Amino acid sequence: MEHFDADILILGAGGAGLRAAIAAAEAAPDLTIALVSKVYPMRSHTVAAEGGSAGVVQSHDSLDNHFNDTVSGGDWLCEQDVVEYFVAHCTREMVQLEHWGCPWSRKPDGHINVRAFGGMKIERTWFAADRSGFHILHTLFQTSTRFPAIRRFDEYFCVDLLVDDGRVQGAVVLSLSTGEFTAIHARAVVIATGGAGRVFRQNTNGGIVTGDGMALAYRHGVPLRDMEFVQYHPTCLPGTGILITEACRGEGAFLLNKEGNRYLQDYGLGPAEAKPRNKYMELGPRDRLSQAFWHEQRRGRTVNTPQGDAVLLDLRHLGPGKIKERLPLILDLAKQFMGIDATTAPIPVRPAVHYTMGGILVDIRTAAPLAGLFAAGECSSVGIHGANRLGSNSLAELSVFGRVAGEQAVEFARGSSAPRRSDQAAAVEASALALLDQKGRGEHHAALRAEMGASMEKGCGIYRLGTEMQETCDTLAELRQRYAGITLQDRSRAWNTDWVTAIELGFQLDVAHAMAHSALARTESRGAHQRLDGFEQRDDANFLRHSLAHYQGTAAPTISYAPVTITRSQPGSRAYGAAGEHEEAAHKDAVSKFGHPPISKDTAHV
Amino acid sequence: MSDATIPSKSIELRVLRYRPASDREPVLVSYRVAYSDDMSVLQALQSIKDTQDGSLSFRWSCRMAVCGSCGMMINGEPKLACNTFVRDLAPDAVIIEPLQNFPIERDLVVTVGDFVKKIESIYPYIIPKVAKPVEDGAHLQTPAQMAAYESFSDCINCMLCYAACPQFGANPDFIGPGAMALLQRYNGDSRDGGRQFRLDQIHGEDGVWACTAVGICSEVCPKQVDPANAVNQNKTNSALDFFLHYVQPRSQP
Repeated sequence: MEHFDADILILGAGGAGLRAAIAAAEAAPDLTIALVSKVYPMRSHTVAAEGGSAGVVQSHDSLDNHFNDTVSGGDWLCEQDVVEYFVAHCTREMVQLEHWGCPWSRKPDGHINVRAFGGMKIERTWFAADRSGFHILHTLFQTSTRFPAIRRFDEYFCVDLLVDDGRVQGAVVLSLSTGEFTAIHARAVVIATGGAGRVFRQNTNGGIVTGDGMALAYRHGVPLRDMEFVQYHPTCLPGTGILITEACRGEGAFLLNKEGNRYLQDYGLGPAEAKPRNKYMELGPRDRLSQAFWHEQRRGRTVNTPQGDAVLLDLRHLGPGKIKERLPLILDLAKQFMGIDATTAPIPVRPAVHYTMGGILVDIRTAAPLAGLFAAGECSSVGIHGANRLGSNSLAELSVFGRVAGEQAVEFARGSSAPRRSDQAAAVEASALALLDQKGRGEHHAALRAEMGASMEKGCGIYRLGTEMQETCDTLAELRQRYAGITLQDRSRAWNTDWVTAIELGFQLDVAHAMAHSALARTESRGAHQRLDGFEQRDDANFLRHSLAHYQGTAAPTISYAPVTITRSQPGSRAYGAAGEHEEAAHKDAVSKFGHPPISKDTAHV
Repeated sequence: MSDATIPSKSIELRVLRYRPASDREPVLVSYRVAYSDDMSVLQALQSIKDTQDGSLSFRWSCRMAVCGSCGMMINGEPKLACNTFVRDLAPDAVIIEPLQNFPIERDLVVTVGDFVKKIESIYPYIIPKVAKPVEDGAHLQTPAQMAAYESFSDCINCMLCYAACPQFGANPDFIGPGAMALLQRYNGDSRDGGRQFRLDQIHGEDGVWACTAVGICSEVCPKQVDPANAVNQNKTNSALDFFLHYVQPRSQP
């Protein structure tokens, strides 16, 4: 086994990992930063984000607005001190990306343009056509090549963390190309490995989104927080789950049922007007729109497609010019994957799993409760999304908290002793090789993966029942047992994707287990967690609390709860459309009595 | 884990297999796959891997033609497997091989590292024309200024253009179309002042002049980036710069 000595190790080179690496290299050019990714960085799943990234810029907008949209959008399960910090730093990060070359879309006068997004009161979504994540990722990757302190390990897969003496001290990584192992020793480790949406059958995620970093931290005793909150994006292609961005609706697209009605007005989001109005109708939040689809489907008002039931996303009234300028990727995707010209026909869409609101428990400094460990981006739960993330907050999150993680890792590395080389790395290697050679009981892991996806969809979907969640928990327990007896079909070392996807499945099963048990234990409905078995209401008295899933080896996880930090917004009723405006007016009175000063850019320095 | 609907027809896929530890040379192996009209070649390969032969290796991730992972030769043409559909190739057998002009590491997996080094060699980042603190806000960029570089920023690094390029096939050191498009993306950006450093990278025999203007790079590009146009613009720039070279001092970025 090879050994590599770094000061900081970053696992994952998508948006958050790259932003962390750049921040660390800027803060400490003398340190060695190992940046590990199981794919070349520009393949990371940030690439698939379409709509854009939030940052207050308009004079009639305010940081308080962004805060309120985020906290109410998250059904008050957000860490409000963290949200204050977040909204105060988004815009600076968007400008920083602009300076690094990100081709943000502009107004005719050359200033940055912003678009409307679901659940946002004022337009504040920076966008690069409908390839915002792609451009952010490529800008960050290309910019990162400027820094000699960043030593990349492209196509290296992390098998396990090295934890010794109560502190994370590095990781063992596997070269996909050679099948050989390297122990990377580091004083501080940042996990930035993205989400875990692939544990569900129908999802918008790339194949690499397998929850690796979540599982690694979890297995080493770091709780996973709020894992029951999984976002269904309301507009995806049936069958493949390919994402059809919310920006379509931000630009004015309609959602229609098979009768041609804008059905969202039947679900408390109206009234329907010809122009998109922020926080009304199609610009409601994702959880509400996905739930409305579920009801339409049961009322028989969806259209049948060969790939299953769908509603119709109608862009036609925007005109070909605007569609080509603002939504060129969507035009391509509809054409290539559905054979539909979106300028002349509506696109069939349905909800699919998109985003994991929960993740590795970290504080406002991105520090996990394991010395030396930090996490940022979708793999983490820093606390800004609560029970439902607003569109365009995740690209902003990976920029804001990726930077924080890089800086905090530098600070920790500077103040800590050199990592110790134990024989742990050899044990990790031996265990990975044992899976490769394992005789097993002859079952291949592909079958287990399919069963996991189907079971998660059934038990932990848009609406949930206690009995079905229990079934999913039981199925996952059984799958974890069968996983211990799998047999690989490939025992070679170079580019053995049979081996790597089997290890990934181990990560996925653990993360799915945490999700299902967290969901079963939450006997209320909040945000993306909606029950139909007597727990249809939000229950602040018992559940205005974060769930924490604790790993218990082969047994089921235990679930505990932690308080939510509330600084300026007491839980209120979460309403959109006309009802939302009444609610907001009432809430504003209550807040003004409370007398908080407005959030400023200087608020809450980390 | 195929996402497609219930299949009704079947097709033969002949996939080039090569395992460095056991195979002396690559060989085509035949598989039969049931397919429906919405099945991509990527989904067909996934179906083989999940149900017939777990040892088949290929790269993939996003499934929506934006991550650039799944480039391969499909019936002799460089394509993204995720947005090439079986229905358009049926009923004849489909031949699937790794991207041409790159060393094969295993099955459909080729070596990407040299391509990434080429990207890194051309200073692929803004070298500010004028230093501007972030606190001073965003630069202004008019639609015309954006149009000068924007299309070149759409490259997904899928390397299809390298697989198509006869010059790259003959000379693996040739900087190639994708890196030239990226160079033009930064040289054409009104915020950038690093043009000279980049031009210095492409004067040599492996630089822009190695291109013989075949133009097939632009034909195979799945994102209409038009690298041939980038190469052409840089031939002009490089020629001009070659003469200026003698009268202007140089520095490093």
